[in-house]
Amino acid sequence: MTKTRPIASSTPPSGSVAAPAAPTPSVVATATAAPLPAGGVSDGASRTLHRELLRTMLLQRRFEERCAEAYALGKIGGFCHLYIGQEGTGTGAISVLRPDDYVITTYRDHAQAIARGIAPRAVMAELFGKAAGCSHGKGGSMHLFSREHNFLGGHGIVGANIPIATGVAFGIKYRGGDQVCLCFFGEAAVNNGAFHEALNMAGLWKLPVIYVIENNRYGMGTALERASAVNDIAERARAYDMPRAVVDGQDVLAVRRVVGEAVQRARTDHLPTLIESRTYRFMGHSMSDAVAGTYRSRAELDEQLKRDPIALLRAYMHERDEITEAEVAQLDAEVRAQCEDAWQFADASPEPALDALLRDVTIDGTADDGRHATGNGSQPGGASPPSGSTS
Amino acid sequence: MALITYRDALNQALREEMQRDDRVFLMGEEVAVYQGAYKVSKGLLQEFGELRVVDTPITELGFAGVGVGAAVTGLRPVIEFMTWNFALLALDQVVNSAAKMLYMSGGQFNVPMVFRGPNGAALQLGAQHSQAWESWLMHVPGLKVVTPGTPADAKGLLKSAIRDDNPVLVLEGEMLYNTKGDVPDGEHLVPLGVADLKRSGEHCSIITNGKMVLVALQAADQLAKDGVRVDVLDLRTVRPMDEAAIVTTVRKTNRAVVLEEGWGAAGIGAHIVDIVQRECFDDLDAPVLRVHQAEAPMAYAKNLERAAKPDAAKTIAAVKRVMYLDS
Repeated sequence: MTKTRPIASSTPPSGSVAAPAAPTPSVVATATAAPLPAGGVSDGASRTLHRELLRTMLLQRRFEERCAEAYALGKIGGFCHLYIGQEGTGTGAISVLRPDDYVITTYRDHAQAIARGIAPRAVMAELFGKAAGCSHGKGGSMHLFSREHNFLGGHGIVGANIPIATGVAFGIKYRGGDQVCLCFFGEAAVNNGAFHEALNMAGLWKLPVIYVIENNRYGMGTALERASAVNDIAERARAYDMPRAVVDGQDVLAVRRVVGEAVQRARTDHLPTLIESRTYRFMGHSMSDAVAGTYRSRAELDEQLKRDPIALLRAYMHERDEITEAEVAQLDAEVRAQCEDAWQFADASPEPALDALLRDVTIDGTADDGRHATGNGSQPGGASPPSGSTS
Repeated sequence: MALITYRDALNQALREEMQRDDRVFLMGEEVAVYQGAYKVSKGLLQEFGELRVVDTPITELGFAGVGVGAAVTGLRPVIEFMTWNFALLALDQVVNSAAKMLYMSGGQFNVPMVFRGPNGAALQLGAQHSQAWESWLMHVPGLKVVTPGTPADAKGLLKSAIRDDNPVLVLEGEMLYNTKGDVPDGEHLVPLGVADLKRSGEHCSIITNGKMVLVALQAADQLAKDGVRVDVLDLRTVRPMDEAAIVTTVRKTNRAVVLEEGWGAAGIGAHIVDIVQRECFDDLDAPVLRVHQAEAPMAYAKNLERAAKPDAAKTIAAVKRVMYLDS
């Protein structure tokens, strides 16, 4: 199938800022309302990188537009949370990972799964509740998983993925590995006990985890200012002696740079980082939520739409002569075709067989009998999914 | 074979499993430097070091989740709750993460870990420290729940739990830690999901688990003096439950009393009685009776606590009733 994974870098990103010294870490990047940096001389490598980032974000956007359509047609059921408007954060952050790193996220997980390289066909089939889905139709929109991609799931309970990410990082340190765990959650999760419990342990034990707050300003319909005593939420890292950063989440390159620095810090020094990525959700919280009108105004939304992460990157690339309008149109046509292919594949795929109902409730046997090697997690894709187990 | 305490049997199980598999580690409150609130982890820090015997802050939800994350990426954590009363704070991770990750991921990510600690009432600890949770926990598909009642079963079940590829909850008993019994040296595995007939008799079956096994055996001793010989079936694992063993004993004696530590409403006994009425309807000579904790939070006063708890006298009375010997 078409390769969709953005360029993953195993080398430090350029322009790294040194980790702040404990015990009073400072903000290592700040949000900016300014547009992307002015154009300059472009080299081949950055041009290729920028194209990949643009392709990924376009793919995410077109994919989720099709999700909304499929939801309206009843092909996708249950809850469905779209990432439209927030693509810069997931794409930028995941783009700096190695394949053997880990990603864990929330129920707003479609676009991150795609950024991590999970095939759009497998994601769409999961949303359609089909056996060919990345969770074999057992997870749905909120629970996308892929062992091959070390994608540890969309999790549906706000805050619950944060301690799990911390445990993944504990495991990395336990084994002496140099992987990292990237953990996404919304700004509303920082008021949850799980957030504080987990960050305390990560700070205490120096674990290689990067916590990315996707601050889209609203926990469902409750504005940050109405939910948090401290509005500058990255400051919460101070309580856990943890490096912190604030970044403009609509600027995919800034996200890439800031997360890249945090990843390096985690890899080499086993230090956690809390990053607040300031972004905005262009759609409602879920499919039942009107885009604007109750908790946010149309005027606010219109203002935010001017800072579309895809448009910003495109403008930046135009300025640097890295892409032409015709090439953008070509790219868009390609990802639209990919999404159409994913839709057709998902639509034509069979539902799970009914005997899947009681499969994978528990695993029979043990790791010692050779039937189900659990692997040590340091070799992504090395362990195949166990099968045939029953309750 | 050696005569050792339940506490030392658990300690042996942990030590042996940590020696044979370096993916196994122990994490919880006071497990390392303090040597365990109940000394179950005595000496383990000295033998295995602080990477593998990890003291945590008082943060049950947090470290339960840390265990889940370590387990899904290949380690085999043993998470100690100082008591299961405190585990209520962690149930989101136990129920929503550990129990469901395998299923939600379509079989891709299993969670090989153990959550363990003392469960149920001890002596005069009051309402918040005296609760038996097995019926809550056995409700959840994806979990295995074991309740060892003797030192040998404590060792054998904990070792099997650590080797199991699923999340296994081990409910111990504070009042059991000092009890003694013969425990096989070295490799001693008790399979999960297999009940054990602790006493054989033909007049009535007492079906029980965990801490109540000793109570049932006391009752059996007393009853034997009156010429009443009972089967004492120790379920050992309550999920998955050994239905065949329940059916076998009831078909043999035609009468049953179900003895459980917790409250009656939606309790383990309710589940067992369902199995019995379905599979043994024509075998029964009397309705099945249940003995359980009084339907009240645990009181502090000695006499009230005694009145609330299931005990040998209440069990004997129930057996006599189902044998129509009580009039």
